Amino acid sequence: MSTTHVLLGLLAAGNRHGYDLKRAHDTRLPRARPLAFGQVYATLGRLARDGLVVATGQERESGPDRTAYALTGRGREELDAWLAAVEPPAPYVTSTLFAKVVVALLVADVDTARAYLVAQARAHTDRLRELTAIKTAPTATLDDVVAADYAIVHLDADLRWLRTTLDRVADWHREVHP
Amino acid sequence: MTQLAARGVVKAYGPTPALRGVTLDVAEGEIVAVTGPSGCGKSTLLHCLAGILRPDAGQVTWRGERIDTWSEAARSKLRRTEFGVLFQFGQLVAELTAAENVALPLLLAGTGRREARAAALGWLERLDVADVADVRPGRMSGGQQQRCALARALVTEPRVLFADEPTGALDTLTGEQVLTHLVRLARQQHTSVVLVTHEPRIAAYADREVMLRDGVVDTTGLGLERPFAGERR
Repeated sequence: MSTTHVLLGLLAAGNRHGYDLKRAHDTRLPRARPLAFGQVYATLGRLARDGLVVATGQERESGPDRTAYALTGRGREELDAWLAAVEPPAPYVTSTLFAKVVVALLVADVDTARAYLVAQARAHTDRLRELTAIKTAPTATLDDVVAADYAIVHLDADLRWLRTTLDRVADWHREVHP
Repeated sequence: MTQLAARGVVKAYGPTPALRGVTLDVAEGEIVAVTGPSGCGKSTLLHCLAGILRPDAGQVTWRGERIDTWSEAARSKLRRTEFGVLFQFGQLVAELTAAENVALPLLLAGTGRREARAAALGWLERLDVADVADVRPGRMSGGQQQRCALARALVTEPRVLFADEPTGALDTLTGEQVLTHLVRLARQQHTSVVLVTHEPRIAAYADREVMLRDGVVDTTGLGLERPFAGERR
């Protein structure tokens, strides 16, 4: 994920200082990889250096001075170009999950590979249930629901693959070890 | 407390075995997903538990009493009074409006017409389809029809709801809305649910998942015959 472009997008809605940006990020992208305050300030520094954002002044409430930032014209162009570029579907099958099953079949017997698949399916199923509980909680916001949906459909796809592969594992092992 | 149970249930269709000795307990207020690949026997198990089919061997008990030995009339009465059933599609009577469809189980149970209609309208309201109360199924969307079918399954306030692939004919978002209603209302009423599905994503709404494979409960661990982490009840 491009933290740079997410921050540009959040600034497109109005000027914000670093603390506000971090909070807006956590609200809009729940369950994303945690974003540290330090990363926000470092990114803002780079964006200001490149002319994509500009400091608009200091504000002070009860704590230390805070510098608010605004999106520049160039920043808006960069954001629009990023949004207009279609993300290519992943060209390679590169998941660790897939690689582990292949290697398990190479170095172990069918039962070991099967045990790994079952354990992995359990972990996926438990996570699927946690996310389903999050999205169906009465307090869930649409941000929570959309973020959970994204993770759920990917876990669901992995689970289908795990269960189908479990049915194929004996034949697959025979093919790998003729 | 176990409300409904299957003990070593066996069922075949001619020479083809569907269930080969399935044991399953459903506790009061529990939502159990029965999953597994096509042809694994999950719908047959639901039909046996609901008293629609009679097992060839084994027992089905309701609150400790065997029901598989009951007459068809007695099992039919049990289904009308204690059970609700929701299938994938095609359950509403085409000639009746939504409200008339939902009121039907109450009318069959002897409730007065006015009272039955009021209850039906209440359920349609809870399922956000009050606006189609006087519309016939042919003029409703698939999601509206399935919500009406759910209202009809719940109108008698059953102790157990049997749902066989209840979202199978719906798009993802519509299916999710139906399922969310189903789970929320079942929990509010403390109704047990037997939810048949082949989708892990749907099974994740349940308290527990039991996977069938070739007519028996899968014991490899994949079916997770155990409460999941993060119990929600």
